[in-house]
Amino acid sequence: MSAPVIVPGVTGRRPSSLRPTSERARRRRPAGMRHRRRSVPLTILMGVAVVYTLLPLVWLLINATKTQADLFSTFGLWFGGEFALFDNIGRVLAYGDGIFGRWLLNTLLYVVVGAGGATLLATLGGYAIAKFRFRGRSAAIAVVLGAVAIPGTALAVPTFLMFARIGITDTPLAVILPSLISPFGLYLMWVFASESIPDELIEAARVDGASELRIFASVCMPLLGPGIVTVLLFTTVATWNNYFLPLIMLRNPDWYPLTIGLNSWNNQATTAGGDAIFDLVITGSLLAIIPLIALFLLLQRFWQSGLAAGSVKE
Amino acid sequence: MTSTTRARRAGAPRLAGLGFLAPFAIVFALVFLAPIAYALFLSLFADRLVGGVQFVGLENFGSILSDPRFWSGVGNVALFLLVQVPIMLFLSLLVALAIDSGRVHGAAFVRLSIFLPYAVPAVVATLMWGFMYGDRFGLVRGFNELLGTSVSSPLAPDTVLAAIGNIVTWQFVGYNMLIFFAALRTVPASLYEAAEIDGAGELRVVTAIKLPAIRGALVIATIFSIIGSFQLFNEPSILRNLAPNAITSYFTPNLWAYELSFSGQQQGLAAAVAILMGILTAVIAYLVQLRGMRREQR
Amino acid sequence: MKHHHRTALRAGAIAGASLIALAGCSAGGAEDPDAAAEAGGELTIWAWEPTLEAVVEAYEAENEGVDIELVNAGTGNDQYTALQNAIQAGSGVPDVAQIEYFAVPQFAIAESLADISDLGAADLDGTFAPGPWNAVSQGDAIVGMPMDSGPMAMFYNEAVFERLGVAVPTTWEEYVQAARDLRAADPSVSITNDTGDAGLATSLMWQSGAEPFAVDGTTVAVDLEGDAARYAEIWQPLIDEELFAPVTSWSDEWFAGMNDGTIASITTGAWMPANLETGAPDAAGDWRVAPMPQWEAGGAASAENGGSSLAVTADSEQAALAYDFLEYATTGDGVQIRLDAGAFPATTADLESQEFLDVEFEYFGGQQANQVFADSSANVVDGWSYLPYQVYANSIFNDTVGQAYVGDTTIVDGLAAWQEQIDAYGEEQGFTIE
Repeated sequence: MSAPVIVPGVTGRRPSSLRPTSERARRRRPAGMRHRRRSVPLTILMGVAVVYTLLPLVWLLINATKTQADLFSTFGLWFGGEFALFDNIGRVLAYGDGIFGRWLLNTLLYVVVGAGGATLLATLGGYAIAKFRFRGRSAAIAVVLGAVAIPGTALAVPTFLMFARIGITDTPLAVILPSLISPFGLYLMWVFASESIPDELIEAARVDGASELRIFASVCMPLLGPGIVTVLLFTTVATWNNYFLPLIMLRNPDWYPLTIGLNSWNNQATTAGGDAIFDLVITGSLLAIIPLIALFLLLQRFWQSGLAAGSVKE
Repeated sequence: MTSTTRARRAGAPRLAGLGFLAPFAIVFALVFLAPIAYALFLSLFADRLVGGVQFVGLENFGSILSDPRFWSGVGNVALFLLVQVPIMLFLSLLVALAIDSGRVHGAAFVRLSIFLPYAVPAVVATLMWGFMYGDRFGLVRGFNELLGTSVSSPLAPDTVLAAIGNIVTWQFVGYNMLIFFAALRTVPASLYEAAEIDGAGELRVVTAIKLPAIRGALVIATIFSIIGSFQLFNEPSILRNLAPNAITSYFTPNLWAYELSFSGQQQGLAAAVAILMGILTAVIAYLVQLRGMRREQR
Repeated sequence: MKHHHRTALRAGAIAGASLIALAGCSAGGAEDPDAAAEAGGELTIWAWEPTLEAVVEAYEAENEGVDIELVNAGTGNDQYTALQNAIQAGSGVPDVAQIEYFAVPQFAIAESLADISDLGAADLDGTFAPGPWNAVSQGDAIVGMPMDSGPMAMFYNEAVFERLGVAVPTTWEEYVQAARDLRAADPSVSITNDTGDAGLATSLMWQSGAEPFAVDGTTVAVDLEGDAARYAEIWQPLIDEELFAPVTSWSDEWFAGMNDGTIASITTGAWMPANLETGAPDAAGDWRVAPMPQWEAGGAASAENGGSSLAVTADSEQAALAYDFLEYATTGDGVQIRLDAGAFPATTADLESQEFLDVEFEYFGGQQANQVFADSSANVVDGWSYLPYQVYANSIFNDTVGQAYVGDTTIVDGLAAWQEQIDAYGEEQGFTIE
């Protein structure tokens, strides 16, 4: 459904950096609030929410330990007769001459180049919109935000035909190029740059005679750090989960990302002589989400502070 | 000398601004604007199996607008929008406020757990829920056996929209929660201190301070949820393999556009659906934003 | 008699179209396939059929100069989508594509397939079973080579029928009664699953002798309200009494149901055994194969379900070489390789060979199931044809007829709605609708 957007309390009006610094410097969590009495009913309520969100993941974990026969015959939320997790993992990695590993590498390629590039473009663009006044600026903003409303799935065919004309369908470029654009990333960096880079800082650097590129690279970039990490994480999720575009653009399984590969495994039983491998689909799904979850856990300090955009500035 | 320098100074940032925006703008034009323009062009033609390509003007738009299947799809996403989006955003807000209140045990764990589904690809999420929804071999049967109930699979025509809503809610409740939570964290402490001094109750703090403070985040989350609802595709498209009768080929406008262009090879009609939905989405998103801003000014 | 006349008309109309297609690749058409194989070259093949991989390897070993890239570009409709996209874009079109019989007319009328009659296919009349051969013969043109076929049979779980004391049905009337008896004896058992499947429905029409789609060049006459609706006499009561397992074919629940015996039979094409072996391993030894239930007691009428051809695309610049591979895979040594891997043949020589007929299927408790399939193949009802836009028609089957399965309408009304939409689409696409 919706794609990444992170908004520190801003809409419509220009992101404001005019709030009194004194007020902003004194952020939340004063001593008195940190030690508030824990509420049991509220905790139980949250517990229910946690069960709801974790239940399917637990289901996935449990069923990844089952053989296909147990999958069909045993209760979904408890283990089957045989603990086959490692066997399943081994078979996922070996199936089809180890194509799962290839898909994983493809996904990494799309993420590193696609999400990395998207973050770079969004950072540069967001900085430009936040800190420069130039002709066509408002038009650019309106066009980017307006274009988001056009359903991407229905633009797939025109995009495909264009890409076919320049000869890049069925190549990694066909997946990477479109993922270089993250309107939400641009929006976030716009907001973030407005909030975290004081105009005076840039002015001062200009007076010192620094070039614009240098001002961006050495003065502004460090301040944008948490925002960049946040955008990077969200574009990473978007690329990692990318499904529709590669489905249209790629025909050769050698270039599939994990999502398309898993779906093709799921569909391959649907044909004469096809091999039904639902056990591998489930275990493969588990393997496909683990790296992303690990990344979130590892980097959570960064993206959480990036999200709380305003609070970074001292 | 001085005047030229000044002129260059004033001019430099303008050019530099364009320069910084240029990489994004160029790629954006290639992968967004050009296909949109191409779609506009395609929407004026019909490519027939017999007779080939013909210019048909606005005929495609006319036949889409007069097709009950289009309106049925629009009705479905509108219903989805009116029911699923409020529920999801309410849950997200509830969790964000609860965690922000500092009164929940293990708040960090709760926050992370609820956010995790966002990291699960829509394909995997839908395959997973699809397996679980089965009332013959899935989790639904398991529960029926365990509890002696006879709940049937939610993939029936009457409930399939709710089944999809559940998947979408599951995926995005944590994501929206985090947006709200981040916005809440930016509320200045001085406001709370003032409220405490005034002796305001918890509920009063929420309604008088917290909600107004994150109105912007609420408006934006709503707008993007609207866009997401109108573009609903992945979940119904994958679940269609399991529930082909409940999820028709025109279940959502986006699914229909896909079917038109890929099963029917009717690129012109598909492009017309995309453009109409784009306009509809933009108008509604704009209205929501206007309304959100007006409230803000009050 | 009637359909002979119609076929002749169709032949004339499509011959015109295929002349144009031929003109486009006359350079390749003039070449000799054997010489082309000798000269070598590169071929791209799009197919999802799993046994082809071994065929490609064997062919490459025999023809050292030939390098074949075999791409699984998706299963069924996914691949057609990709193929149509590539053809429309004019780039990335493979030399050879796997195309199911029901989809052949659609690609043929769009002139996307090369006429291979001059390359040698014209001499192959009689090599293949009539059903598949008719499917790839579009008028005077031959636009593909039959790779496998799907003469229908009833696969049933004998253990379940025995346990519940129900006789295996031989007519559709008995079939309905058996469905009731099975359910009465064990509420968890259904005679079969169905949620509305265009392929099955059209095959049932085919077996009943109906000819709902009359195609004559670019003139299409659709009649789903007459003879074609006859299958509803059997299917509607089964829906009304909720005797079908409401499980979609090819889903995990479907395999699970065949595995644990709650789905007691499947009436489908002869390619099914391999799927049963991998998808329902626990039920090995329980299943058997019987002829398709009949409309008249003592009859033997059958129909095709599924099955694919290999076709050379009109865009291919290697038509002669591509044809050489086709010949190898569908009439040469490739056939045995595929049979050994569990595929079902379309070649009469194999269908009639004693070796083939004597094969004992371990999964079916040693039954010589090929004898049932071969009989079925010989008794496929004549005169059937698909629409020149069957892929689209099938994609809206569940929007219309499928609604009968969820209680909103009846099959008969659903068929009327299907016809209406098929007509509307045909008209929109420039066909003359009668």
